Amino acid sequence: MEIARHWRLQRHRYGLVGEVCNHCGVKIFPARDVCPECNAPAKTPFTFSGKGEVYSYSTVHHPPEGFEPFAPYVVALVRLAEGPLVAAQLTDVEGETIEIGMPVEMVTRRLRDDGNKGTIVYGYKFRPVVVGRASVEAKDASVRL
Amino acid sequence: MRDVSIIGIGQTPVAEHWGKSLKDLAAEAIQEAIKDAQVERVDALYVGNMCSGTLNGQEHLGALISDWVGLRGVEAVKIEAACGSGAAALRLGYVAVAGELADFVVVAGVEKMTDRPGQQVTAALAMAADADFEAQNGLSFVALNALLMRRYMHEYGVPHGDFAPFTINAHKNAIGNPYALFPHAVTAQDFCVARMVADPVNLLDSSPVCDGAAAVVLCPTSLARSLGARPVRIRASSSSTDTIALHDRRDLLGLEAAALSAAKAYRQAKVTPQDIDLFELHDAFTIVSVLSLEACGFAERGRGVRLGTEGDIAIGGQIPITTMGGLKARGHPVGATGIYQVIEVALQLREQAGANQVRDAHLGMAQNIGGSGATVVTTILEAVE
Repeated sequence: MEIARHWRLQRHRYGLVGEVCNHCGVKIFPARDVCPECNAPAKTPFTFSGKGEVYSYSTVHHPPEGFEPFAPYVVALVRLAEGPLVAAQLTDVEGETIEIGMPVEMVTRRLRDDGNKGTIVYGYKFRPVVVGRASVEAKDASVRL
Repeated sequence: MRDVSIIGIGQTPVAEHWGKSLKDLAAEAIQEAIKDAQVERVDALYVGNMCSGTLNGQEHLGALISDWVGLRGVEAVKIEAACGSGAAALRLGYVAVAGELADFVVVAGVEKMTDRPGQQVTAALAMAADADFEAQNGLSFVALNALLMRRYMHEYGVPHGDFAPFTINAHKNAIGNPYALFPHAVTAQDFCVARMVADPVNLLDSSPVCDGAAAVVLCPTSLARSLGARPVRIRASSSSTDTIALHDRRDLLGLEAAALSAAKAYRQAKVTPQDIDLFELHDAFTIVSVLSLEACGFAERGRGVRLGTEGDIAIGGQIPITTMGGLKARGHPVGATGIYQVIEVALQLREQAGANQVRDAHLGMAQNIGGSGATVVTTILEAVE
């Protein structure tokens, strides 16, 4: 029941909020306060659009403790449209062919439970962008939690 | 700065040691190493280990083990760098002797992984990754390596089957190693039909974790000769880090920490990759073998797989690897592995490798990796005549 820890990460997890470096323009996720490119201080918040594409993916058959109910599930490295890579699960991909390069968008989903009486931990996952489906702004979706 | 040598080695078999605790395993390896070194005094003990807290409910291994092996009072500490803990401990033992702060140093690696069920072991190993941004998203350690493998296969058009030679070679070499966990052959067919763990990584791409302990005794090379042991000189010792998380890497497939660590080691030893006669690399997964070979200059980017398919990695090949089975077939008791690797290089240089002997082995390299490439410790060893 790590309430404080999960609370600290809420802007990351629900809003995909990172930082932008005012010196060199690089977008940073997750936030780290120092630009990994130019080492300048970088504390200006930046909200990512949630759009990206699959950079690599894998289906996990042997999950670590706490993730067993969800197995098998797909994990991926997603290249966000603004530049950074993010590690996350892919969701709504049952029956879908996953390909490197396929466009995806962020949604907020359940990550895990901390036992029967524990916190339910939510966070970002990415689902395929479906042509014809109304595209939801990541920011709005997370607010509707 | 003094020149440092290894003058004693000791190891337990890698196995499911139901009858032995973590302390028992450590003691067995350490006492064998001290006996091999024939030293009467130990000035410091460094213990490499990753999971004693999560899997054995025990931290503070320095104090625990120093007393347990009869070294009560001696300076001792546990060192942790995920699966790189063993060589990280060796690095600090080397620094103590080279820096003239200690003459006789024991470095041990120990891991006891079989007391807890599989999901707990997987969760413990996931601590080598970023807790908030990798593990909390359900990425197991195998999954992270699967992401690397899939990207590599995509970028260079390499089919999964091309990785089979790394597993086949490791298993072939394990047959001649009495300490190996899996001393039996594996065929290309076995590799093709093996069960998926996190695709494209299957069971035979993945090294097995288990129990084991290994130890070495270090001393200044100048003292080594007078002790009458068969010293193996540490020509180079270097360590580098990279971002813990894969998504923060500047060059995902470049294994930058391995490249940096190897470059520093080559510089210190004044050698190039061509001078290396054997390479005990960190074959936690077949993809890591390939990336290590490329990062350390044995193959160009994207061509590391060919060292396998073209037979260069065999004992009689251009760059023999995993000569005693490697992590895949000798086994991977995570915090101990770094010491097993160095011992195997030492055995080759002492010409004690039996059926696996690499001919004219003068210079051997061992490289131990923590996490998905976040800590890399490289050691180059040379036989002392």
